[in-house]
Amino acid sequence: MILVGELSLWVAILMAAWTTTVSWAGGYQRRSDLVFSGERAMYATFAFTTVASIGLWYAIFTHDFSLKFVSSYSSRNLPSVYLFSSFWAGQAGSMLFWTLILAGYGALAVFFNRHRLRAMMPWVTGTMGLVTLFFLLTTAFGANPFERLDWVPADGRGMNPQLQNPGMAIHPPMLYFGYVATAVPFAFAIGALITRQLDGEWLAAVRRWSLLSWFFLTIGIVLGMWWAYVELGWSGYWAWDAVENSSLLPWLSGTAFLHSIMIQEKRGMLKKWNVTLVVLTFLLSILGTFITRSGVIESVHAFARSNVGPWFLWFLIISTILTAVLVSTRLKDMEAKAELESMVSREAAFLYNNLVLVGIAFTTLWGTLFPILSEWVQGEKITVGPPFFNSVNTPLGLLLLALTGIGPLIAWRRASSANLKRQFLAPSIVGVLAVVVLLALGMRHFYALVFYGLAAFVATTITMEFVKGIGARRRMYQENLATAGVRLVVRNRRRYGGYVVHFGVVVMFAAFAGSYFKKDYAEVDLKTGDTFTATDPWGDTWTFTSEGMNSFETLNRRVTAISLVATYNGKPMGRMLAEKRQHFDSNKAETFEPSTEVAIMEMARQDVYVFFSGLRDADTAVLTFNFNPLVIWVWIGGFIMAFGGVIVMWPQAERRERGYVAELSPQHDGALVGAGV
Amino acid sequence: MKARSKFLIGGLLVLGTSGILMASSTRETAQYFLTPTELAAKVVDNPKFVKVGVKVGAAVVNGTIERAQDGRSVKFSMTDTTTTYKVVYRGVIPDTFTEGVSVVVEGRLNDEGVFEATTLLAKCASRYENEPDRYPQSPSYPTGTKPAA
Repeated sequence: MILVGELSLWVAILMAAWTTTVSWAGGYQRRSDLVFSGERAMYATFAFTTVASIGLWYAIFTHDFSLKFVSSYSSRNLPSVYLFSSFWAGQAGSMLFWTLILAGYGALAVFFNRHRLRAMMPWVTGTMGLVTLFFLLTTAFGANPFERLDWVPADGRGMNPQLQNPGMAIHPPMLYFGYVATAVPFAFAIGALITRQLDGEWLAAVRRWSLLSWFFLTIGIVLGMWWAYVELGWSGYWAWDAVENSSLLPWLSGTAFLHSIMIQEKRGMLKKWNVTLVVLTFLLSILGTFITRSGVIESVHAFARSNVGPWFLWFLIISTILTAVLVSTRLKDMEAKAELESMVSREAAFLYNNLVLVGIAFTTLWGTLFPILSEWVQGEKITVGPPFFNSVNTPLGLLLLALTGIGPLIAWRRASSANLKRQFLAPSIVGVLAVVVLLALGMRHFYALVFYGLAAFVATTITMEFVKGIGARRRMYQENLATAGVRLVVRNRRRYGGYVVHFGVVVMFAAFAGSYFKKDYAEVDLKTGDTFTATDPWGDTWTFTSEGMNSFETLNRRVTAISLVATYNGKPMGRMLAEKRQHFDSNKAETFEPSTEVAIMEMARQDVYVFFSGLRDADTAVLTFNFNPLVIWVWIGGFIMAFGGVIVMWPQAERRERGYVAELSPQHDGALVGAGV
Repeated sequence: MKARSKFLIGGLLVLGTSGILMASSTRETAQYFLTPTELAAKVVDNPKFVKVGVKVGAAVVNGTIERAQDGRSVKFSMTDTTTTYKVVYRGVIPDTFTEGVSVVVEGRLNDEGVFEATTLLAKCASRYENEPDRYPQSPSYPTGTKPAA
C-alpha cells in the first residue's frame, strides 16, 4: 500500500503535466477532444494524489517507521486522532496534504463549471493543473513523505505535545483549505484574462470560491489564535509573528475582494482592481507558505530552513511576472463602465474599505518582511516588533470598523441627506451615548472609547436593519416574530449573512479592545494550603487556595497537576487544574521537554489564566496568574463570523435569481428588500 | 471638484497618515537582529553597543542548560558555531526550549559579556527537527538498528 502510494505520487505528476499541456493546447486550438482529455486528467490527478495520501496514512497507522516522516512525527502510543493529524504535523506530509486539497479543488472546479464558460475553462483547468504540478514536484523532490531511512527505529519520535491538542489537529487543515482555495479564483482570473472574457460571468464562479477560502481562513486563523492562547502560556492570542501575519495577508486581500466584487456586479467599475485582488490573494498565500516553510524569517512557528524554500520563491517570482505581463496586455479590456459619482455613496465607502484592508495588508507585509528588506538595503537584519503593527493597524482597523457600519446602508451612486439621516442618525446617537456612559463609568483609554463607540454604532445599524426587515415581513405576510426573522435571513442570505459576519467583526473588535485593560501578571509561590488574593481589572477580589499537587500517568504522558480552589468576591468558583506533562514513548523513555497545560476559567467579562511554571520544592508550586478581559468574545466573534459565512455561502437554488436582483436594486430600501420584493 | 479627485485626496490622506505612522513606529521599534558573531563584531567596533537592545538568533549549546528549580529562569549558552555567548533569562520558558534548539533572544549584554535576555523564543524543535537519524543513540530506539556508516 505504501509502495502503491509512493508510485501514485509519481503518476499524479505525469497526470498533472498532461492536464496542463492538453488543456492549454485544447484552449488554444479550440479542440474539444483535448479539452475533454485535460478535464479527465485533472480528475485522475486528484485520484492518484488521493491514493498517495492513503498510502501515507496507511504507513502512519501501521507504524511503518522505516519511513522517515512516520518515525519523525508519530509513535506507537499516539492516540488515533493524532495519528490521523500527524499527516500534516511535519513539512513533507503537509505538502502532500496541501497538494491533495489543491487537486481536489481543481477536480471540483472542473466538475462544476465544465458546461459553463466553455471558452475559458480549458485555461482554468490548465492553470489548476500547473499549480498542482508545481506542488506535486515540490513534494516529490523537495519534501518527500515517502523518503526512507536506512535503518528502522523501534518506535517513532512522537508528536510534539503542543500539537496534541484538538484545536491543533484541525487548525492546519482549515488554514490549508483556505489558502489553497485562493488558487481557484486565480485560475479563473488567468482564464478570463487570456480569453478576454472579463465581464460578469466569471465573477460568479470566483465569488463562490473566494467565499469558501475566506470561510476556511477565518476559522483557521481563529483556531490558531485559540491554540496559541491555550498552549503557549503567554496569555495572549496574537503576537504579530511572521507566520500569524502570513495567514492574515490573504484573508485581508480576499475580504477586500469580496467587497469590491459587489461594485463590479452593480456598477461595472473596478475590473482591473478586482483581477489584481484575485491574483494578489493567491500570491500572498504562496508568499505565506514560503515564509512558513523556508525559514527565511525567524518565527516561533516556522518550519526549519528547508529545501522547499527556493521552490516557492521561484514559483512566486515567475507567477508574479507572468501575471503582471498578462494583466498589462489586457488593460483596455477592463475599462470601467461607470465613474464614481459622489464621495457620499456606497461605492466610495467600499473603495475606502478596500483601501483600508489593503493598507493593513501592506503594513503587515512591510513589518513581516522588514528583516529581509533591511538586509538587502543596509546589509543588516533589523526587526520591528508588535508595537509597530499595533500603532499603524489600530487606527486603520478603527476606520474599517466605522466603514462596516456605513458601507451596507449608504445609498449607491449618491446618498441623499434623507438617506443619511434615516440610516445613521439613531446609530450615531447610540455610539455617542455609549462613549458618554463609558466615560461616566471611568473609562479613560482613548482607543478603547473609540472602539466601543464605533462598536455601538455598527451594532445599532445592524440591529435596525433586522428590525426593519422583520417588521416589514410581519406587516406584509402576518408572520410571527420567529418566522419573519428566519425567512428574512433565509430569503436574502447574501445580505443578512453579511450582516451576521459584520456583527461577528463588531464582537471581535470589542474583545480586542479588552486587552487595553489587562494588568501585569502576578508571579506567586504557592505552598499547599496557602492562599493567593488578587484584584482583577474590574476591581473584584479573587482568592486561590492550593489543594496541593498530584502526579499520575495517563495515555502517553506523566502528569503533575496542581489543584486550586478559587473564590470570586467570596463566592466559590470551583477548582482549577494546571498541569505539567512529561510525554514518553511506548518504552517509557521520555520524549520532549516537559510541557505545560494552562488552567483557564472562562467568564463573559474575563478569563482567569493560571500557568504552572514549576516547583520551588516538593510542596510549593510556582504559578503565574493573569486576568484577561473579554477574551471569550474573540472566540464567540469568530464563531459568529464563520456562521455568517455559512449563511452567505449556503446554496439558494430556486430563489437565487430573485434574491440577487433584489439585493442589487439601485436605491434599495431596507424594508422592501428585506421583504424579498 | 469631481468625486474621483475627492476620493483620491481622501485616499492619499489615509495612506499618508499610515505612511507617517509606519515610518515613525518603524524607527521606534526597530531592533537589530544579529548572530552572535555579528554582535561580537558590533561590540568591537563600538564598545557602547552593549547598551543597545538587540535580538540574537542562535542555537542552544548542548549540555549548557541550567534550569532553576522553580521553572522561572534559565542559564544556557548560545552559539552560531563561531561565537558563543552565555545567556541568562528570567520569565516564562517556552515548552519547546531544549538542547540544540534554535532560539531568538531579546535583550542586551551586561558588563561581564553575558547576554541578559528579556524574551526567549524557541522554535518548535520536534515539529521540524526531530529527525530520527539525528538521534540514533536516543533511548527511544532501544531495538532500532542503525547500520554502521
